[in-house]
Amino acid sequence: MATAARKAPAKTKPRSDGKSAGLSAPKPVDFTKDEELDAYRRMLLIRRFEEKAGQLYGMGFIGGFCHLYIGQEAVVTGMKMALVDGDQMITAYRDHGHMLAMELSPRGVMAELTGRRGGLSRGKGGSMHMFSKEKHFYGGHGIVGAQVSLGTGLAFANRYRRNNNVTLTYFGDGAANQGQVYESFNMASLWKLPVIYIIENNRYAMGTSVSRSSAETDFSQRGASFKIPGIQVDGMDVRAVKAAGDLATEWCRAGKGPLILEMQTYRYRGHSMSDPAKYRSKEEVQKMRSERDPIEQVKARLLDKKWADEDELKAVDKEVRDIVADAAEFAQNDAEPDPSELWTDIVL
Amino acid sequence: MPIEILMPALSPTMEEGNVSKWLKKEGDKVVAGDVIAEIETDKATMEVEAVDEGTLGKILVAEGTEGVKVNTPIAVLLEDGESAADIGKEAKAAPASTQDAISDGGQRTDAAEEGSKSAPQDAGEAPKASVPAAPATKAAADPDIPAGTAMVSTTVREALRDAMAEEMRRDGDVFVMGEEVAEYQGAYKITQGLLQEFGPRRVVDTPITEHGFAGVGVGAAMAGLRPIVEFMTFNFAMQAIDQIINSAAKTLYMSGGQMGAPIVFRGPNGAAARVAAQHSQCYAAWYSHIPGLKVVMPYTAADAKGLLKAAIRDANPVIFLENEILYGQSFDVPKMDDFVLPIGKARIHKSGKDVTIVSFGIGMTYTVKAEAELRGMGIDAEVIDLRTIRPLDFDTIIASVRKTNRLVVVEEGFPQSSVGDHIASQVSQRAFDFLDAPVITIAGKDVPMPYAANLEKLALPNVGEVVGAVKAVTYR
Repeated sequence: MATAARKAPAKTKPRSDGKSAGLSAPKPVDFTKDEELDAYRRMLLIRRFEEKAGQLYGMGFIGGFCHLYIGQEAVVTGMKMALVDGDQMITAYRDHGHMLAMELSPRGVMAELTGRRGGLSRGKGGSMHMFSKEKHFYGGHGIVGAQVSLGTGLAFANRYRRNNNVTLTYFGDGAANQGQVYESFNMASLWKLPVIYIIENNRYAMGTSVSRSSAETDFSQRGASFKIPGIQVDGMDVRAVKAAGDLATEWCRAGKGPLILEMQTYRYRGHSMSDPAKYRSKEEVQKMRSERDPIEQVKARLLDKKWADEDELKAVDKEVRDIVADAAEFAQNDAEPDPSELWTDIVL
Repeated sequence: MPIEILMPALSPTMEEGNVSKWLKKEGDKVVAGDVIAEIETDKATMEVEAVDEGTLGKILVAEGTEGVKVNTPIAVLLEDGESAADIGKEAKAAPASTQDAISDGGQRTDAAEEGSKSAPQDAGEAPKASVPAAPATKAAADPDIPAGTAMVSTTVREALRDAMAEEMRRDGDVFVMGEEVAEYQGAYKITQGLLQEFGPRRVVDTPITEHGFAGVGVGAAMAGLRPIVEFMTFNFAMQAIDQIINSAAKTLYMSGGQMGAPIVFRGPNGAAARVAAQHSQCYAAWYSHIPGLKVVMPYTAADAKGLLKAAIRDANPVIFLENEILYGQSFDVPKMDDFVLPIGKARIHKSGKDVTIVSFGIGMTYTVKAEAELRGMGIDAEVIDLRTIRPLDFDTIIASVRKTNRLVVVEEGFPQSSVGDHIASQVSQRAFDFLDAPVITIAGKDVPMPYAANLEKLALPNVGEVVGAVKAVTYR
């Protein structure tokens, strides 16, 4: 099997020490009780939301493409916990988790998935295209790699305005092979732009494993030719992600330019809803779920430290389920866009 | 309330499948994410996951059953405190989520998802099948130029530079980026002096990396800045066309109006002289195809100045197509503090009654010469300079055709799916009864631009072709 060469994401590897800048991956810092509960709730919301989206897709309420984020929740959650107001985020098409992390309304996201007028893009964008200026979320982009140049442009605007905000630009291990990524790296480094390139390495670009698509599989070193340091992060451990996020945002705000964080993560579901799952074994998926699940890790710590008992966690689950149920209800019953919407928002 | 587990769809095109195996028995506890069954279509076998927690109360469709329609209840899940006796009471429908297929007999790709199955029929009243009409738009008229305004002979090059400088003085969010725009003073000297006046923060030299810096520009525009992105020539913008179309032009629509890209992409377009196929192509028709873009292609210096200022102020992405050969040509430009022209409005370059000649950009050079020649033959041509290719000012064209009953369109671009073809098609639909002759379109020849001087000349339109076309439609 093509993936045999790569084991489960290791804890941060010593190899990726951000050589050019002498950077090393920060040790995960223990969370406080509040942080653990916050992370638990945020990740659970994404998990339950995505499960519901999968269900609505099965019912035919959601059309077209639907790329679920299940398994990768710690990546957006830990990074969000490192942001300050005004920091921006942009990503590709596996984006529902990013939107929820940036606190876009679950109703708005779900209704966009069902193509209804109450959707964040009034039903005209769909799963891959949602935005919120207010929440500093810049999409949702369907062209692999395009968001990397766009995110670099957002960072350009921050530097132009000297506002000290940082842009999180997410892309996958697949997009990391696109040419414009490197054009963007070059400019970002040249101009010292405050952008964090977050490579979500979930090990498969659609069905092609990293080892079959990438000559250099250590994505944290992809910026080496541009003097952009990078570190590998255990993307299944929300504490490790948060610690890396703290380091990276501080780095950018200090005017040191861009940084790469390779998040070693895993997607449980298929690339999209119709995925033949021929490219990896059932056992591999099952092993990740049972041994490395980001939500279970937090849950275990909460119970271990007696910061919460089963009943309290069940109550969190109930609260999250209610939010998701409300979003799903809304998304199924909201009206489709008015036909006149066909002609709006083309030009201003 | 018991929850019905429904037969899920694996794609919008799936209508039925087989329940091949139950992995949980009646009475088993399940939690969200547990695989409870396997279903099979002609293409794949998929795992069915529980979405809710509870006890599998009853299996309604036995394993081995074939042809189970999507959304048929296949099992009932009991929540805490419910028993099998509750089955049959009002149940919530909740289809299971599907997991990846575990074995399959065929290839399945994303393309399979592009089926057009519509959402379930529940969402209030269904929209009528008829397509709503596009809203009518009306272009603003050119501003009045006060009597006594001095006219200053200005090159197109200076007019473009002045337009950018004036807008940069007016709005601190306006900046220019591109290859050699700063220290080199512009590959064609269009940005001459801007670095000295505005500094390197606002006049940004980029590496030779069109795809990347076009995307950086669009990102900056999405954040609210007003970038002017210079392409050394539009030929190189083909490397960047994905960002121009997929990111700049479509984001406003895809965001439901929340976020657009106020950006100008400008630079020389079309054939220069003796630079051969890869450096000699007109993109007017290409960009005119795209909803969400505005496309401007001026001929005179006054139009270049007034329209570039308008483009920079416009909230939308504007493609501003210049021409290297026109850069050095001089035209009168009104000496006004703020001379801004409306995008989307054609200009009647010369009025006449016998025939309408529509052109734009460098095409106007042939047209203007042909018009003078025709005048000598007693033919009074009306010449319309489109100035903007999208939105296209059909009102002005059709009003003219209704008067002259004859139309010739002149451009340098390739002939197939050209701007002229589009105009001819629209005029035949909107003003057929007013036409006394077929519309003739003059375009570049349907060949890559050759290098040899004689062949290059043959590949481009010429004055004789325009005169010949006019004579043909006026039956002279």
